[in-house]
Amino acid sequence: MTTERPGFLAALPSAHRDRLLTLAREAAFPAALRLFDEGGPADRFWVLRSGTVALDVYEPGRGTIVVETLGPGELLGWSWLFEPYRWHLGARTRTPVAAYAFDAARVRAAIDADPAFGLAVTRCVAAVAIGRRLRAARMRLLDLYGAPGTPPGTTGAVP
Amino acid sequence: MTAARPDLVPVPYRVGERTERTDDTADLVLEPVAGALPPFVPGQFAMVYAFGAGDIPLSLSGLDGHRLTHTVRAVGAVSRALHGLPPGATVGVRGPFGIGWGLTAARGRDLVVVAGGLGLAPLRPLVRAALAAPSRYGRLTVLIGARSPGDLLYGRDTDAWRAAGARVEVTVDRPDDGWQGDVGVVTALLDRAEYDPRNATAFVCGPEVMMRATARDLRHRGLGADRIQVSLERTMHCGTGHCGHCQLGPLLLCRDGPVIPWRHAEPLLSVREL
Amino acid sequence: MTGEATTAVLGTDGMAALIRALTARGRTVIGPTVRDGAIVLAELTDGAELPYGWGVELAAGHYRVRPRADGAAFAHSAGPQSWKTYLHPQRERQWSADRAADGAWVVSEEAAPPPAYAFLGVRPCDLRAIAVQDRVLAGGPHADSRYRARRERAFLVVVECTEPGATCFCASMGTGPAADGGYDLALTEVVDAGGHRFWARAGSDEGASVLAELPHLPDDPALATGARDLVAAAAGRMGRTMPETDLQALMRETLHADRWNDVAARCLTCGNCTMACPTCFCTSAEDVTDLTGDHAERWRRWESCFDLEFSHLPGGPVRASGRSRYRQWATHKLGTWYDQFGSSGCVGCGRCIVWCPVGIDITEEAHALHTERAAGGAPGEEGR
Repeated sequence: MTTERPGFLAALPSAHRDRLLTLAREAAFPAALRLFDEGGPADRFWVLRSGTVALDVYEPGRGTIVVETLGPGELLGWSWLFEPYRWHLGARTRTPVAAYAFDAARVRAAIDADPAFGLAVTRCVAAVAIGRRLRAARMRLLDLYGAPGTPPGTTGAVP
Repeated sequence: MTAARPDLVPVPYRVGERTERTDDTADLVLEPVAGALPPFVPGQFAMVYAFGAGDIPLSLSGLDGHRLTHTVRAVGAVSRALHGLPPGATVGVRGPFGIGWGLTAARGRDLVVVAGGLGLAPLRPLVRAALAAPSRYGRLTVLIGARSPGDLLYGRDTDAWRAAGARVEVTVDRPDDGWQGDVGVVTALLDRAEYDPRNATAFVCGPEVMMRATARDLRHRGLGADRIQVSLERTMHCGTGHCGHCQLGPLLLCRDGPVIPWRHAEPLLSVREL
Repeated sequence: MTGEATTAVLGTDGMAALIRALTARGRTVIGPTVRDGAIVLAELTDGAELPYGWGVELAAGHYRVRPRADGAAFAHSAGPQSWKTYLHPQRERQWSADRAADGAWVVSEEAAPPPAYAFLGVRPCDLRAIAVQDRVLAGGPHADSRYRARRERAFLVVVECTEPGATCFCASMGTGPAADGGYDLALTEVVDAGGHRFWARAGSDEGASVLAELPHLPDDPALATGARDLVAAAAGRMGRTMPETDLQALMRETLHADRWNDVAARCLTCGNCTMACPTCFCTSAEDVTDLTGDHAERWRRWESCFDLEFSHLPGGPVRASGRSRYRQWATHKLGTWYDQFGSSGCVGCGRCIVWCPVGIDITEEAHALHTERAAGGAPGEEGR
């Protein structure tokens, strides 16, 4: 059984966390459900409580390519916080998912109304979601597990 | 003639089985031709000699009595020669060398095993040893990162580890169409490990960048620097502390490692070209 | 020790007799002799081969032999070679393997018995260097058996220093100019109004037994006093010094110093210092096969940490820059050697200074690091 673990919400100071949770409603999704598509309006976001969600892009001729998966505790969606409020990637559940769901417009309004709350949420999104994923993306860019000296995209196999 | 000094002169072993693990990686199960080497512990290494080509340090990815399993990736002249050996071929083995994983010191604690790529090889006998004595340890989590689903080593093992009670999470950098598991770096899985940071020991092996990131994240989650063990790689020619190649500052990794606590590793790995 | 005399006064005929006595005991006698414009180590069969009347003029990157009027044989300091040439040879076969038609093969350990050497004219710094290599090659859990066999058979005749060279700093390193044990025989050469004499002391039973075979000059209590005074005076006439600080800590605390860039701009990474150094022990393994491909041999040869291949990993060398390679050599020698083997790796012989083609001076570099640290320059961030 999966329960809440340290993650996005744990990184928020408790007063701000409680405040954010007043804006949450509980949501549940079946597996293989498309949550949003690249380019669509980023009008919602979620904090996952259980299950996993894949972030993907679609490339004609290659199909849907999974870029990263998110698990319990993680923030799903940050494009809602920054203009133009459009999704940069698509998302699809891999397993049944339980999550806190947030209405982006309401959270943005709360952020604008209370700068201290706004700063806390923004810092948390920047550190826990964007910063961590940027570090992860850079590490993957290094293609660490390939055989030394082989360019990314090759198997590294010796003929 | 059986060598009198198995640390200096190779002891003949025969390739008993050979199993392809990935495109460029194979397991060799070695059986002693006559006398066997002294017993190895998980995390120690052997110097394995391919006739005429030379020898290289290889960790043990399996320990079964006198049978030694090495997971060999064909990247250099010697590893290519070893990788291509068929069952029945003879190799030379010296060892055991170095300090292995400090599993005994982790008694009573939760175990967090983090492996990147081929780094899973030296951790495999550790996981097996921990699963063989479940009452001695707390919870066991194994987090595995690989390049692609095709690069995942020991697939059947991980199922068996789950069945034996370990939490096993696997993530890949490049999924293929059939991959339903996680995608991303192995550090992203740390939140799913089940451990009490005040009473856990972590065992980490993989590329140095991955080990640095993992150790930093584990420290951030409250693990002590002496409760994180990493296995380091440097050139080795002798295995016996005489050739000087494996120096890392104050350490001779063949003698003082390859497994060292993060408390010692961190300041050394932060100096470029040390 | 037995009741045999443990001190004696020898003349130059006694030195010739010493070589004969050691040879008669089945030993290969190695000692200094003048050859090709240098005082080199070579096999000696006769006392006349010793470098009587020759001294050396030393400076950073500079070595010349100079005639001496006093006829002294041991008034020179460290030459291009050291005793590791014999105890830890440049190239050595460790074992060979032969493959049969069925593909199976057998290994044979090198069977040639190790030579029994007598080293004549070991300077106190070099005696310490031998002790340092003993710790490295025979002191750990995996002793190098061939090194140990050569070492255990070697008979060591130390000659104390009364004439330190311009690049010597054994007094700073606590390794000379006096010998304080670990030898079979110790000699101090004195040339004065009393003639050309050697004050000899035995340090082992075999040393005492050899000493008893040699022709002695009359005892002279003043000679021992005079010899001690000459050695004590030599300690005050060292050409170089190390900074008076904990060198292990200095090396540990200056890994990011700017000085490494300065020395790297001069260093050719040729590795001469590592070849000349009496304690540098690093080697590489070399595997060879004959034309049939069924006979293979394992050799080990001296290797230098200045070689780019030294730190090679599948992706490339760990120490790619000359800066990091000089730093590795110096910090190992003066610092991390303590961590690895419990002592300094430097004995103050000065060979690395003399034989550096661009005259890099390890004492000057250590002083510069000491100054930079004192000025608060280190530790800084490495170039980003």
